[in-house]
Amino acid sequence: MTAVLEVRDLTVRFRNGKRLTSLVERVSFAVRRGGCLGILGESGSGKSMSCKAVLGLLDDNFQVEGSALFEGRQLLGEHPEVLRRLRGGRIGVVLQNPMSCFDPLYRIGEQMAETLAEHTRLSRNGIREKSLELLELMRIRSPEDVLRKYPHQLSGGMLQRVMIGLALSLRPALIIADEPTTAIDSISQYSIMQEFLRIKQAGETALIFISHDLGVLSLIADEVMVMHGGTAVESGPAARIFAEAQDGYTRHLIRQHKAVMSRFLSAIHQRPEVAA
Amino acid sequence: MNPVLVAGDIKVSFLKENQKRLFGRERQQVLRGVSLTLEEGECLGIIGESGSGKSTLGRVLAGLLPPESGVVYINGKNLYGRHSAHDMAALHHSLSVVFQDYTSSANPRFRVEHIIGESLRALERLEGRAVDRKRRVAELLEQVGLPASYASRYPHELSGGQLQRVCIARAIAVNPRVVLLDEAVSSLDASTQVQVMDLLMELRARHGLSYIFITHDLTSITYFCDRVLFFNSGRVVEQVDDMRLLSAIRDPYARQLLDAVMGIGVEHGSARQRLASPLVRRPDALGAAS
Repeated sequence: MTAVLEVRDLTVRFRNGKRLTSLVERVSFAVRRGGCLGILGESGSGKSMSCKAVLGLLDDNFQVEGSALFEGRQLLGEHPEVLRRLRGGRIGVVLQNPMSCFDPLYRIGEQMAETLAEHTRLSRNGIREKSLELLELMRIRSPEDVLRKYPHQLSGGMLQRVMIGLALSLRPALIIADEPTTAIDSISQYSIMQEFLRIKQAGETALIFISHDLGVLSLIADEVMVMHGGTAVESGPAARIFAEAQDGYTRHLIRQHKAVMSRFLSAIHQRPEVAA
Repeated sequence: MNPVLVAGDIKVSFLKENQKRLFGRERQQVLRGVSLTLEEGECLGIIGESGSGKSTLGRVLAGLLPPESGVVYINGKNLYGRHSAHDMAALHHSLSVVFQDYTSSANPRFRVEHIIGESLRALERLEGRAVDRKRRVAELLEQVGLPASYASRYPHELSGGQLQRVCIARAIAVNPRVVLLDEAVSSLDASTQVQVMDLLMELRARHGLSYIFITHDLTSITYFCDRVLFFNSGRVVEQVDDMRLLSAIRDPYARQLLDAVMGIGVEHGSARQRLASPLVRRPDALGAAS
C-alpha cells in the first residue's frame, strides 16, 4: 500500500541573525491509509516542528529542506494558498489546546460554519445540517444547544471533540493530531482517544499522532517514531519498540513508563505484574 | 501514628456566576461535607475530574479559603481559629503548596535565589534568627537535583521540570510538615513527571513530610500514594486505604477513572479479557468504551 504522506530527510533550521540553528535534523517518516504513526518525544524535541514544517505553518524565519509527498504531491515549497486549501480539507489538524483554537467571541456554530463554507459548496441549511451531523457523530448531547454556545461555555473535552469533528468533516486523507489529549482530565482523555480509535478503525484516513505520553500512544499507534533533540532516534512497529527498543533514550522512557504502570497494574490486580 | 492534618465536614459554596434574576443570591455548592485525615509521613491522593472541587478543597486546607462550615486542624490546632499573629504564621508555615502552573507561580522578574529566598525570609521572620540564605538556597537546589549555579537564573531560563523543582524547593524551604501538591506534575512531560515524583518520594523520606497529592491521573496516584480519596461533585465518593484493594472499588465514577487508564500492559479491546476479572465484570462499561 502506498503511503499517504511520505516525509524524507526533513531538516528545519531557524534563522537567528546570520546563524542557522538546527531544530530538526534529517527526519523521515511515512504513514499509510488506515494506519497510525505515533511520534513520541519530550517538549522541545522537534516533534511538533516537523509537522508544522510539513503543513507549511512556519514563516520565513525557518529554513525547511527535504521532501514531503502527500498523495504523490510535493508539499514543501508549495504555494501558501494551495497549502491553506489542503489544510482543513484533505489534511485535518487537531491541536493541543482546544480553548485557544476557537475564537472566544463567536458561537461554536458560526465557527463550524466558517470551516464548512470555506471547503464545501453547501447551502446555509446544508451547513447547519452537516454541523449537527458532525456533533452527533462526536456523541455530543443536545447538539442544537451546543451550536449556539460560546467556547467558554463548553468543557475542554467537549471543545476538543468539536475540533475532531471538524477535522473529520471533510473526509481528510490525513489527520495530524498534535498532543490532542494533553491538558484534559483523564476521563475526557479516554473518551477522546476512543474517538480517534473509531477514526482509525474506519480505515479511511491516515493518522499522525504526536504525544509525550507513552500510555496514549500504546493505545493507538501502529508505528512509533521517537524523537530526541531534533533527530529521530528510533522508529519501527509499536510492539517491537515497546518490547525491545535499541536506543538508550527510548529504553529509558519505556522503563520509566513501565515502572509507573507496573505499580498501577499490581494495585488493580493485587499481584505484581509486568517486570519494570 | 498521629494525624498531622484533620479536616471535618467542610462545606463551601460560591455565589453563582449567572443568576436567574437581578441581584439573585443563588449559590453553587462546591464542597458538600468533606472529611479527611492525613497521618504523619503518609501520602494521601485525591483524585477527581476538573470541576469536582478538589482544588477548592486544597485551598481550604492551605488556609486560603475559610469554609462555610467545618474545621481544619493542623498539628491539633484549628487553622481557622483565633491565634496570636506568631502562632498563625507558624501554623501557615506548617503547610506549603506546590501548584500546577509553575510559570504563574514564580515571579518572572525574580531570580531563582530570590524565589526561594522569599520563603527563607518568611522563616527568618518567624524564628527571629538570620539564615545564611546563599548557603541554604544552594542546599535546597541540591536537594531537588539542580546545580547550585542555577540560583542566578530567571524562570524563563529554566525548563518546566526544572522550574517545578524550584517551586518544590521553595515549598520545603519553610520546613513544613505537610506539602499540598495541587496537580503539581500534571503539566509536565510524562517522563519528567516520573522524575519529579521520584524526587518527591526521596524528599519525603529525608524530611519526614506528609503529602496531599491532588490529581486527575490514577497512574501517578498508584505510583506515589499510600491512600486515595475519589472525589466527585464535592463529595468523597470512595476511599481506598490500601492500594492493593484498588480493584475492589464500587462507586461507578471511581470505576470510570480506573477504566480510563491507558498504558503499556493495559490493553483495551481485544486483550482486555486477559485482565483480571474486575474490569471484565462490567459488561455495560465495556460496551460503552468500545
